[in-house]
Amino acid sequence: MEMMKKPQIKSMKYEDFKDNETLEKMAAELRAGGTNVVVGCLDEMIEWGRSNSLWPLTFATSCCGIEFMAVGAARYDFARFGFEVTRASPRQADIIMVAGTITHKMAPVLRRLYDQMADPKYVVAVGGCAVSGGPFRKSYHVVQGVDTILPVDVYIPGCPPRPEALLYGMMQLQRKVKVERFLGGVNRKEPKPDYLKEK
Amino acid sequence: MISNEIIAIPVAEYHDRMQQLRNEGYDFLESLTGMDWGDSLGVVCHLESTTTGAHIVVKTATEDREHPELPTVSDIWKAAELNEREVYGFFGVRFVGHPDMRRLFLREDWVGYPLRKDYDASPEVNPVRMTNEETLDSTPTYQLNADGKLEEKVNVIFEDGEYVINIGPQHPATHGVLRFRVSLEGEIIKKLDVNCGYIHRGIEKMCESLTYPQTLALTDRLDYLAAMHNRHALCMCIEQAAGIEVSDRVQYIRTIMDELQRIDSHLLFFSCLCMDLGALTAFFYGFRDREKILDIFEGTCGGRLILNYNTIGGVQADIAPDFVRKVKEFIAYLRPQLKEYHDVFTNNVIARQRLTGVGVLSREDAISFGATGATGRAAGWACDVRKRMPYGVYDRVDFREVLFTEGDCFARYMVRMEEIEESMRIIEQLIDNIPEGPYQTKTKPVIRIPEGSYYAAVEASRGEFGVFIESRGDKSPYRMKFRSTGLPLVSAIGTIARGAKIADLIAIGGTLDYVVPDIDR
Repeated sequence: MEMMKKPQIKSMKYEDFKDNETLEKMAAELRAGGTNVVVGCLDEMIEWGRSNSLWPLTFATSCCGIEFMAVGAARYDFARFGFEVTRASPRQADIIMVAGTITHKMAPVLRRLYDQMADPKYVVAVGGCAVSGGPFRKSYHVVQGVDTILPVDVYIPGCPPRPEALLYGMMQLQRKVKVERFLGGVNRKEPKPDYLKEK
Repeated sequence: MISNEIIAIPVAEYHDRMQQLRNEGYDFLESLTGMDWGDSLGVVCHLESTTTGAHIVVKTATEDREHPELPTVSDIWKAAELNEREVYGFFGVRFVGHPDMRRLFLREDWVGYPLRKDYDASPEVNPVRMTNEETLDSTPTYQLNADGKLEEKVNVIFEDGEYVINIGPQHPATHGVLRFRVSLEGEIIKKLDVNCGYIHRGIEKMCESLTYPQTLALTDRLDYLAAMHNRHALCMCIEQAAGIEVSDRVQYIRTIMDELQRIDSHLLFFSCLCMDLGALTAFFYGFRDREKILDIFEGTCGGRLILNYNTIGGVQADIAPDFVRKVKEFIAYLRPQLKEYHDVFTNNVIARQRLTGVGVLSREDAISFGATGATGRAAGWACDVRKRMPYGVYDRVDFREVLFTEGDCFARYMVRMEEIEESMRIIEQLIDNIPEGPYQTKTKPVIRIPEGSYYAAVEASRGEFGVFIESRGDKSPYRMKFRSTGLPLVSAIGTIARGAKIADLIAIGGTLDYVVPDIDR
């Protein structure tokens, strides 16, 4: 990323932007004058918003998908955490919940879905099959864990995971999102890991 | 119970004899199983007559392992169409005269035939290929020349100028990873090509290396909305083969559990159909009530979706102390809810217009495709296994087989909704009369099945679920085949959807209510 030009601001020096004391003093002055001011880090606010509006892709291959639907329905209701808007198009989704077995035939399709999603994007491996192949690990047609084809952020074990486990896993992802620096790095393209590079 | 005697037919007479059997009234091809007997490759066909209820099992085999060829029966029973493609993909048997010889489940560049006994399963031979699969617009087909020689021809599925739309594998309305290619004329569907295999997990091959009790673990994951039924069928087949008696208590518990599972599945069907048609509130209603069944399951089985409850000779654990009370409470609760469903959705003008008269499947086609379950009964075919070949305690309860004659989407929908009521009636008759007794018969630590082949079927949530086992007397099966409930439905979808509008495909798929892992196995 190129450095931006130093902006010219009349009322304060550029260095003061990064100086907490000056900022606090300014805020105190403004408050004394009756203006409501909150000083904070913009990153933190963006991350707070981002972590509470993670939109999953409507993607499920097998049994875990039913539990995924159950989490979306009335009793477990993941809308409470901001996951309610499931998107049918990968271009509008933030996370892909790989719910179910990934087979050899499905692997390139899944990879394409992942590539079509916009950065920043996250992958959650839901259930034994997506984590490691699960009960079908010995099958000739099953991928041995989705992490061999995609970078996985959170693993949720279980066959299928209980809705509570799904919620817990999603909250772990929220924690992960909350400590990222949206303006300072995550939104920039990271170098691709070797296994994702075209051969 | 179906006789386990198999009539062998030589390859040369195979097609004529099958045609003859069809003319004798065997109009329902229950299942077509590919087999590798070591020295020969072949197929086993289970036939049934829908008028007399008679069963017959026939087999044919070819000894040529390099270029095995068998005559097709897809011109006699439409159900054979996809089944023979499956056999081709798994065993490499080419069916002469079959219009479409592509692999059904595997990629076209797959090396080897996985269900053959000499298949090389090492990952070097078939690594995970990350290249996109090429979609073919034409297929090879093999025909016999006048001089008796085999000739390869090309059968074009989609012409160059056709307007072809791809739906799936990632599409919310396909209920999983199923792929359709639809050729359109304006809005009207001209032709539909199904592409399966995106969730083919190789369960049948895995079963061959597992012991009988171990194979049980995989059946729940086939059709996870009929987990109880699937496992019931497998347990029943093994029990019949090994001569294990189960107590009356177990029969009662299994029957009640089966019916609870059926209600569960039909509620999910209702939810998903409504959601597909845009009625999101109904989705929440269905799921809210479904959770109550899952609670009952959880109390007894410990699981919500994958239950692992039936075992060979009984069930895993006795019913929970509050099971009876909870089931009664649930039935009392669901009755008024069902009325609400009908008020909210069934009598809605838009729902009626989108379902009535759409996607008609005739009775003859339903039988020819082997589309059992609610799809067959909506077309007027009395195909309920609970009535045809009673198992459990179904012969001791009074219930009605819900039959419609229209064969359209609305009839399929109504069959399921009324079946919920019938299921509740069955449970009510049983729940107070569960006899005392052991919940598990003592079995040997290693279960062996005498040599032979066995077939057992149950009425699962979406049709007849059958298990075919060929045993050589070992502790694991020589060949285990599951008659998928969904595969016939998917094979029929081309016929149902032809002439319908593209938007109706969603209603058709929703009311067929297939579960994709069950199709692909």
